Amino acid sequence: MKIKLNIWKQANAKAKGKFEKYELDGVDAEMSFLEMLDSLNEKLIKEDKEPVAFEHDCHEAICGCCSLYINGHPHGPGNETATCQVHMRSFKDGDTITVEPWRAKSFPVLKDLMVDRNAFDKIMAAGGFVSIDAGQAPDANANLVSKIDADKAFDAAACIGCGACVAACKNSSAMLFVSAKVSQLALLPQGKVEAKRRALNMVAKMDELGFGSCTNTGACEVECPKGIGIDFIAKLNREYLCASIKEAE
Amino acid sequence: MSKFFTSSIGQKFFMSITGLFLMMFLCVHLIINSLLLFGDGELFNEAANFMSSNPLMKVIEPILALGFIMHIIYAAYITLKNRMARPQAYKVVSKTKVSWASKNMFILGGLVLVFLVIHLANFFWKIKFGTVATVSADGHELHDVYSLVAGLFKGCLLYNVLYILGAIFLFFHLTHGFWSAFQTIGWNNNKWIGRLKTISYIYAIIIAGGFAVIPLYFIFKYFV
Repeated sequence: MKIKLNIWKQANAKAKGKFEKYELDGVDAEMSFLEMLDSLNEKLIKEDKEPVAFEHDCHEAICGCCSLYINGHPHGPGNETATCQVHMRSFKDGDTITVEPWRAKSFPVLKDLMVDRNAFDKIMAAGGFVSIDAGQAPDANANLVSKIDADKAFDAAACIGCGACVAACKNSSAMLFVSAKVSQLALLPQGKVEAKRRALNMVAKMDELGFGSCTNTGACEVECPKGIGIDFIAKLNREYLCASIKEAE
Repeated sequence: MSKFFTSSIGQKFFMSITGLFLMMFLCVHLIINSLLLFGDGELFNEAANFMSSNPLMKVIEPILALGFIMHIIYAAYITLKNRMARPQAYKVVSKTKVSWASKNMFILGGLVLVFLVIHLANFFWKIKFGTVATVSADGHELHDVYSLVAGLFKGCLLYNVLYILGAIFLFFHLTHGFWSAFQTIGWNNNKWIGRLKTISYIYAIIIAGGFAVIPLYFIFKYFV
């Protein structure tokens, strides 16, 4: 396969970037998208040119590093797949593929296709944890959790924090991410203790960091590699409203 | 609670509450307007005069105006802030499949607002501050609002088209606005999301269809 690439190149966070055109021959249809970028970089290094910087780690859609906006889709074509699960068979010979970094004020570009997603860590640090003393591993039946809640919490916990929701949202809203984290903990007995404070603090941090607000387009749930639904956003809205009322009492 | 009103969720909450309030108003408005279709206007005149002379309306009218103003101001503020969250746009415009209305609520709202201004100038302003002819019915005098409405639609075909266009803009705005309001106040879950979206379409069809029927009725009455 012969592929034409249109890739965002930016020397550093302060530099002004631009799109660079590349052509890559001999692309195997069974290559993953990241392998294709590796082979492009090998070629560039041989030609004594600057390789393209992109982030990747686990290659099994768990780490959430491989954050590329490919042809108008965060994580490229395909449902519930991260960039590392995209294969070149999704493209045709001679295709032009445009690769961009996540675009959001809160995710500044560090270099080329790499963005700084520390904003998510800051939101997590604001309340995305359980701080009560859990002590020794409790008896399996000491904390009863209904199957429904356990399943729901697990669905929310599938979030890998890749930021595709922010990248897909026309408002660069982090509501899907925050809603998954808030819901996951609020549904379980250990997390319920601090649920109110958590919702208030995480939303306040999200706003402070310059993410937009949710206008319910649902683009985030379509592009989420883990299939997290916007029903969690409704839950976050509920949690936040209840916490605000409780706080006022 | 003070932080709630300045938070992104709180601002959206206001959009939802005002939106739901305006949607209730649309129901009342449509019920009264539908009387235009029956008889020679006497029913509509009775209803219109009842509404304008009802003391309860004196209280509700400013609240309604406030509802509109809040909804519009918050929409403008939120949209502006949301635009600022992405200073650099993508080169390839998002190909994510979402409803067209959901992406264009601000533009649709703006078009509805333009229609609203014309609509207020056509009727509200004239009834409130102008002089409307009176007719006598069953021994009492009534403002002849029917003739005002019928006169406008009879006089110019363009107004009929404009009112149908207004209904179309409103339709798209409501298809997203209805379920979205419930989502934002937290009244939604996995089961209800599909149901609410269906109810949204039913509601939007009834409201927009209902409003569009009136100019269509006058087109057939006077122009066909």
